Amino acid sequence: MSVAALRVEGLCKRFGDTYALRGVTLEVRPREVVGLVGENGAGKSTLLKLLAGVTRPDGGTMMVRGSAVRWRKVRDAADAGIGIMFQESSLVPDITVAENVLLAHEGSAVRLGIYRWHELFARAKALLVKLGMTISPGADAHTLSFSERQLVEFAKALAVETRTCDAPILLLDEPTSALDERGVATVLQTIEELRTHASVVLVSHRLEEVRRVCDRIYVMKDGSCVGERDARTCTVEALQRLMIGHETGTDFPREAVRSQLAETVCLEVRQLSRRDKYVDVSLALRHGEVLGIAGATGSGCEELCRTLFGIVPPDSGTMLLDGRTVALRGPSDAVAQGIGYVPADRPREGIIGAMSVTENMTLAHLAQFCGRWGIDRRREREVAERWIERLRIVTPCATTRASDLSGGNQQKVALAKWLVGKPPRVLILDHPLRALDVVARRDILKTIRELACDGAGIVVVADALDELLAVSDTLIVMRDGRISARYSIAQDRPTRQTILEKMI
Amino acid sequence: MALRQAVESRFRAGILSMVRRTSGPLLALFALTIGFAVAESQFATLANLRNILDSSAVPLVLSIGMTFVIRQGSIDLSIEGLMAACSLVFALVVANDRMQFDLGWLGLPIAAALGAVFGLANGLIVTRLRVPSFMATLGIGSTCLGIAMLLSGDQPPLIRDPALRHWGLGQSFGVPNLALAAAACLAAGFFVEQFTRLGRYSYVVGGAESVARLSGLNVDLYKVGVFAFAGLMTGMAAAMESARLGIGHVEIGAGQMLGAITAVVIGGTSLSGGSGSVLGSAIAVLALAVLADGMVFVGATPYMEKAIQGGIVLVAAIVAGWQVHDRLRVVK
Repeated sequence: MSVAALRVEGLCKRFGDTYALRGVTLEVRPREVVGLVGENGAGKSTLLKLLAGVTRPDGGTMMVRGSAVRWRKVRDAADAGIGIMFQESSLVPDITVAENVLLAHEGSAVRLGIYRWHELFARAKALLVKLGMTISPGADAHTLSFSERQLVEFAKALAVETRTCDAPILLLDEPTSALDERGVATVLQTIEELRTHASVVLVSHRLEEVRRVCDRIYVMKDGSCVGERDARTCTVEALQRLMIGHETGTDFPREAVRSQLAETVCLEVRQLSRRDKYVDVSLALRHGEVLGIAGATGSGCEELCRTLFGIVPPDSGTMLLDGRTVALRGPSDAVAQGIGYVPADRPREGIIGAMSVTENMTLAHLAQFCGRWGIDRRREREVAERWIERLRIVTPCATTRASDLSGGNQQKVALAKWLVGKPPRVLILDHPLRALDVVARRDILKTIRELACDGAGIVVVADALDELLAVSDTLIVMRDGRISARYSIAQDRPTRQTILEKMI
Repeated sequence: MALRQAVESRFRAGILSMVRRTSGPLLALFALTIGFAVAESQFATLANLRNILDSSAVPLVLSIGMTFVIRQGSIDLSIEGLMAACSLVFALVVANDRMQFDLGWLGLPIAAALGAVFGLANGLIVTRLRVPSFMATLGIGSTCLGIAMLLSGDQPPLIRDPALRHWGLGQSFGVPNLALAAAACLAAGFFVEQFTRLGRYSYVVGGAESVARLSGLNVDLYKVGVFAFAGLMTGMAAAMESARLGIGHVEIGAGQMLGAITAVVIGGTSLSGGSGSVLGSAIAVLALAVLADGMVFVGATPYMEKAIQGGIVLVAAIVAGWQVHDRLRVVK
């Protein structure tokens, strides 16, 4: 029994008051390909970033080839032969492909700080050829197509091989998500070849592919490993069951759903398309309806939300509000039409941390609070206090800085922004429960149902299926930019399993 | 031999994109030159072209350093103060009417080194003390201006070194000496940009600093290096201008900063960093010099010239940002 190439025990990572990882233990043996699967937000990417030294763990131990390590910077991990391919793009647009591939691994291609371009190009070329790519290593990175970029990122992770004499450990986060059949085959083939000398950790949503290429598979859920399976004997269905947990569905009690929805449609889109994002999306949202959209990263549901709020115009298709065709010229136009949007990235787009709770709530409808002498501070305060009470926002007072609130209460403030004016016609909530604890999630879900009962049409995009099932009247599943399934929850409530099959 | 091979493999692949990037300013340069030549017969004389080269020498050297700084996503507002201090020190260490030094040509590297030291200070304040480059360089610039005033007193030192004076005013092979010096600086800047870590990583830091950090690069080191390099160029420019005027003067850099930034932006370097080349900046400097010179010929007053120059900067900035369509793009 040889010593494990990589072993972690009880690894923890906290972001603010939520745990992204709670005690992960796993092991990667030499020349082994290990799969890592789980729903969005299960902690897979966080784990990889800890292993590569991008972020530091709050607890637990890491061992590389038998000796305990504690990365102080990315370079330490790279020196130990750990290469990572990130999920998000990590290419620098205005330098050549070769420089990108060998960034920080130039080695002998840079001597005394001076570039030897022919050597740099030759070495990058060798790595690209391995992946079956014919692009010139001297091309600028921004001229590449989306799938070419992903292969270059893969080549970049491979470059760690050139740096260490030990058997490298490669961490691949969704290496195939943007690739077509042929690209996927190349990547899997390369992983197969790596097996002769390297260890690989592969994160992917495509379970069939993981099962085919890996030796063992770890399943993650809510920041910990909930299972370890032999890839040869397990089935995709079994993995899915593990990923979503027990089929109890009692975590989020279903709020009293009104079976009789209003007949009037408040928002309708017909054949909406945007290049590379979503294709031919048609949907209708009635007053008082909560429409859930389920989709993995890259399925186009987030981009669709941004279109509905006028941020990104569609290439084709029509959008109707209360039966009238509208072409949104931008977010301010959308607000004027009675559409509200709570973005997924709360600290950057949802709230303004340095401003008070009251100011955050009123900033989209400030005109309504203006009297003859400017903003009527007292009325502003009164309205804010009413909504603080109504949404059960826990805050010392209405003038507290929004950044001092907990995540769940911040999210309520972001919601209240669209409620202080006249009632919104449509509310678009992009991952409203992201990075919230269970109590806050339940609270927000309840609030969403209440708002729907007041007559607003609500679109919710979320990661976790049980939450979507709990809150939605209608559920749409998106995959690769298209709607792959529609369910009316009251009539035919789908299982999470069937939804997951439509998602990936 | 190795160098030739390196140059070849670099540019067989990259020359096309290089030409495409500089095509805008290049087109402007040709259009302006031909336009003025057609409109005014006195414009296209050898003497006038020499004039244009001479007047673009110092701005060109400044724009090289500024290109590096802007490309890495920073800004250098210390140029004018730095030039003042370097000019005074240069004038005082060569033969002059105030002090006994007579270091001759050694004055040039001294001025450049002093500029590099001030640039180093800029970089350290930005990276170590985490002050935004806008404020850090403004502060250092003002400090340098103060130092220059102390050195100057009420009697600016006159340069008495005949060789340096001749260098600053004369020409070789029919080209002004200062223009030749600027061309040498441009070649050095181009080499640093294309063939050294300092240059290549300035694209990485400006284009995606998070990627640079995630790749384990010592980002701060390269940032400081770029500021020092810019300071070196500024010191060099100060020495050149002093040699030409024959004086060490506090006001020697007045108006140069805006000119340098303008040239860099027109030359295709994005103010948000990550792109651009010293070649583009150099072409833009020439285009601006042609414009300034030609305006005089067609009878524009200096006031009009300023206004038209401003208009051109605005048009260039609008064209540069035209393709980006994101409605949420933050413009500050």
